[in-house]
Amino acid sequence: MHNERIIIAGFGGQGILTMGQLLAQAALDEGRQVTWLPSYGPAMRGGTANCNVIVDDAPIASPVVHGDATSVLIMNVPSMKFVADLVPGGFALINTSMVNTRVERTDVRAFYVPATELAVAAGDLKTTNLVMLGAFTEMTHCVGSASVLHALEAKLGGAKAHLMDANRRAFALGAEAIAAQEGAAHRPTEPSVPR
Amino acid sequence: MARVLMKGNEAVGAAAIAAGCRHYFGYPITPQSELLEYMSVHLPKVGGVFLQSESEVAAINMCYGAAGAGARVMTGSSSPGIALMQEGISYLAGAELPSVIVNIVRGGPGLGGIQPAQSDYHQSTRGGGDGDYKLLVYAPSTVQEMAELVALAFDKADEYRNPVMIVGDGMLGQIMEPVEIVERPPDPALPPKTWATTGTRDHPGSRSIINSLFLKPEVLEHHILDLFAKYERMREREVLVEEYRVEDADLVVVAYGTTARIVKSAIAALAAEGVRVGLIRPITLFPFPAESLRRLPDRVANLLVVEMSMGQMIDDVRIANEGRRTVHFLGRTGGMIPLPQVIADTVRHILAEHHAGDVPHVSVGDEKGGR
Repeated sequence: MHNERIIIAGFGGQGILTMGQLLAQAALDEGRQVTWLPSYGPAMRGGTANCNVIVDDAPIASPVVHGDATSVLIMNVPSMKFVADLVPGGFALINTSMVNTRVERTDVRAFYVPATELAVAAGDLKTTNLVMLGAFTEMTHCVGSASVLHALEAKLGGAKAHLMDANRRAFALGAEAIAAQEGAAHRPTEPSVPR
Repeated sequence: MARVLMKGNEAVGAAAIAAGCRHYFGYPITPQSELLEYMSVHLPKVGGVFLQSESEVAAINMCYGAAGAGARVMTGSSSPGIALMQEGISYLAGAELPSVIVNIVRGGPGLGGIQPAQSDYHQSTRGGGDGDYKLLVYAPSTVQEMAELVALAFDKADEYRNPVMIVGDGMLGQIMEPVEIVERPPDPALPPKTWATTGTRDHPGSRSIINSLFLKPEVLEHHILDLFAKYERMREREVLVEEYRVEDADLVVVAYGTTARIVKSAIAALAAEGVRVGLIRPITLFPFPAESLRRLPDRVANLLVVEMSMGQMIDDVRIANEGRRTVHFLGRTGGMIPLPQVIADTVRHILAEHHAGDVPHVSVGDEKGGR
């Protein structure tokens, strides 16, 4: 159970905002304090999309994550700019199916997951965001896996319940991809962040 | 109802329905549209009336009609839409019609932008329409507080027979936070709306007339004096304010809404260095919590006002301050958001450099310090 200040970024249609909401719902269900703040603009499929999620044990003052992120989840090349927002020791999680560059900073820990390919392997391209969430959960243990999946089940509801299996597989593949990586222990100590 | 994750805009709608609002008229606009969408889905389920009007001008006049008939009615918009409503809001105040108006503020002037701002403070508190009138204005800083103030707003609108405005910035409309929506039916202590145009069955022979036209100046003056007696009662009874760590502060920040939350992050960072900073957060913008500023300890020589505007609330701070302390200003505008680091830097600068009687520090639109 770690406090996290998260930026999730990609383009519209990748499920960026949904990822943040699932994370926020999971944290809420675990009794934590949480805020979810989307970027908003003239919305369109393919346009930029990002959101800030803060999970904390204390009431959250500013909901804005800027220059003080503990984790960034990156789903396309332009979003690599958010690596600059990480505090030293922060985590970058990159979807290498969409991003062919590496993190240049040496004071942060970067994890690379071919999330789109793993989603296809899970049976549904549209579960890419669940691959990323599975990887993030394994990477940070910010929230429990069961909480995230429960939040998704609640969000999908009865009409879309048949999508759960592929999503579960995707989430597990993301977690496995992190567990297999060298040095993918959980964060030993929390990065120090001014609240 | 348990705590659920909701957007600020949705929580406004849920709280309004829980407070007995059954009429909503509005026109979509970013960053407020989720309120309209929520009402379009949920009002019909409780037998209410949702109507998307052809314009904001129509929406506010529909509110006038519904309020005149005694209904609990709400409209909402964002800055340019609220600007269009000003004539109707003035009429609501003049005819003493209870109604709740939600402004999820974005950058102006004109169409401006769609990102968060607080540049409608003057429009909200000074009377954006014509004539001598005031709105009761609430400025929440969290989704939970916004939901609670919406419920309170309906009761206060009825109690004072006056329009009440909820002012939130774009962030507060869009953010999702845990919120508990509590059923809050109209306060049973409220007097019956005998003035409403519901027919004359209850009072045969005397007509209910909703009107803001008074052609005889002595009659209109008398009417306005009555309105202002009402506003005076609001000043005495309705002030809401959060005073945060002001007791031992070396400097006090004045900020409202989401900006006040960002200020709290700065205060926490400064406290870690041993710099003691307090916050006065007006929850009512009218009536303004002037007394909180007047009774600050003498040791506080500097006030810092932080706003997402070029400086509008600062006028009320200066009026309340009556020249006693130096009033500094930090502002971002046009949709830019001030950052805790910059607020903290500004506080450090003021405490290190400024002595009694100095010219105030003013910083607006510093490109280093926003998002």
